[in-house]
Amino acid sequence: MASEYNFAYLDEQTKRMIRRAILKGVAIPGYQVPFASREMPMPYGWGTGGVQVTAACLVPEDRLKVIDQGADDTTNAVSIRRFFQRTAGVAVTEATADATVIQTRHRIPETPLTEGQILVYQVPIPEPLRFLEPRETETRKMHELEDYGLMHVKLYEDIARHGQIATAYDYPVKVEGRYVMDPSPIPKFDNPKLARNPAIQLFGAGREQRIYALPPYAEAVSLDFDDYPFTASKADHQCDLCDASGSYLDEVITDDQGSRMYVCSDTDFCRGRREAGHVGRLGGGEAGQ
Amino acid sequence: MYVAVKGGERAIDAAHAWLAEERRGDTSVAELSVAQIREQLALAVNRVMAEGSLYDADLAALAIKQSRGDLIEAIFLIRAYRTTLPRLGVSLPLETAEMAVSRRISATFKDLPGGQILGPTFDYTHRLLDFKLAAEGEVAAAPTAPASLEPVPHVTGMLGRDGLIQSEAYGNDTPSDLTREPMELPASRPLRLQAITRGDEGFILSMAYSTQRGYGRTHAFVGELRIGAVAVEMEIPELGFSVEIGEVELTECETVNQFKGSKTEPPQFTRGYGLVFGQTERKAIAMSLVDRALRWKELGEDFTGAPAQDEEFVLMHSDNIQATGFLEHIKLPHYVDFQAELEMIRKLRREAMAHKEAAE
Repeated sequence: MASEYNFAYLDEQTKRMIRRAILKGVAIPGYQVPFASREMPMPYGWGTGGVQVTAACLVPEDRLKVIDQGADDTTNAVSIRRFFQRTAGVAVTEATADATVIQTRHRIPETPLTEGQILVYQVPIPEPLRFLEPRETETRKMHELEDYGLMHVKLYEDIARHGQIATAYDYPVKVEGRYVMDPSPIPKFDNPKLARNPAIQLFGAGREQRIYALPPYAEAVSLDFDDYPFTASKADHQCDLCDASGSYLDEVITDDQGSRMYVCSDTDFCRGRREAGHVGRLGGGEAGQ
Repeated sequence: MYVAVKGGERAIDAAHAWLAEERRGDTSVAELSVAQIREQLALAVNRVMAEGSLYDADLAALAIKQSRGDLIEAIFLIRAYRTTLPRLGVSLPLETAEMAVSRRISATFKDLPGGQILGPTFDYTHRLLDFKLAAEGEVAAAPTAPASLEPVPHVTGMLGRDGLIQSEAYGNDTPSDLTREPMELPASRPLRLQAITRGDEGFILSMAYSTQRGYGRTHAFVGELRIGAVAVEMEIPELGFSVEIGEVELTECETVNQFKGSKTEPPQFTRGYGLVFGQTERKAIAMSLVDRALRWKELGEDFTGAPAQDEEFVLMHSDNIQATGFLEHIKLPHYVDFQAELEMIRKLRREAMAHKEAAE
């Protein structure tokens, strides 16, 4: 497809600048690398950081998958996928296993990733300490000094007040024993998949001008206390379409009488299971039209 | 029965088609041309050029048309377009002292070299709706006079000769470019000025207003406000000298601020500086007040905790494209995170209820 734009929209100088930031991020796992984020043709908050990282990683042979909330067909995932089809002409796929680059918002796919894959996260607020200390000048100093006391106090106060750590998503991790990192707003259910993942995990925050990374097999430990260990949690149900018990579920309100159904948030995973013959409570016949 | 939420693709296409139709409005009413917007909504065009950081009135007018008059959306279109433009070179610093002024006023001197030129301003109009405009009446030509060739020197330059106003550092260094390097704090003054001049007019206005009401007061007088065309010159390496490549309309404001002196500085006036594309005087005045408020540290003043003195607060929140993007993104799906919260709240409530029952 002929395009009036450079491959993957950004000019080569800009891509080179972003790749340098990515390489630095991979070399210092969990460290937030400032980069000269560009204005993209989609708004800040729609994944401009992820889009820039993806643009810098893509080569013409790539197969791209884009998900939002785990689903390939959410409007913003559709929009970003189309953007790269138009500007890079790359092949796209919905199958996690077939993708070479996956851009995601709010989820890590259920299907385990493999070596050679790149998972690109869209990040709204890259700073895990931001809501404890609003000033960037202060939080950068705290990272430099590895001064994470404030975070532990926050987690402790959660336990004192609620009997448990009351963070359900965006749950901070410590990377390779050094930097505390914001995993982007994934549910804490996904946190264990961050650690020792064979794929390269890249995080792009456009508006905040930061890139950071987890190289393959990097350690990422969800913060906790010995007597209050981290637990990955999800809705205590099975998928009503594919009967999966170990996948993250969306709750769907089906009427105004309080009826609910639960379905996999990962649409590719769910479809794969149904094609393999798994049937959930409501998965027969007319469901999923 | 649950119908899986498919069809995002079709929904997007249909939404775009509907939007295009809404943008056009009633087709029995004549369509606006880009030239009409450029000529008759010039102040909107100026704002889009200033905050879009791209001096091109036709593109700005097109953006206003495409955005249905939503100026922040228009600024966004210009910014996104600007990203794709190659950098051919850098102009020489503009000489605003040699501006061909269409308006030039000083609030500090009754008369001065170059004179006071009121120019095309709303200042002394009575804000009465002019129903003649609804009848699409043509206007009579304004009276003219030959342009004065007298130089129009800067007011602050005249104060500076007597040492009454603090002199600014002069340098030949190329300042860093906000649109090409990540913002690092603390920021240099050139970087701050870049951020403010492309910052949201409403935000900068409110910040400036807050200093007038006492949150970081700087006692500003408008030493001079000038609007006019300035030549843009560029050094051509093959030629070895600079040539004029065009001109831009600018609004420049210099405020003169009271300063009683500090441990390091003798009593003298200090300045705040505003420079904005186009005729945009509200923004230029506001910019100069915010610039002055942010200079507390270099002048040895106290930080009173006022928002307008707080560099990180001002610079990180002045960009309306960043702000509107992040604000509006909360309408994107968040059901994964919401689901996690839902489970958390249910669990906490279960435990709290069990606790309460056990106590009763």
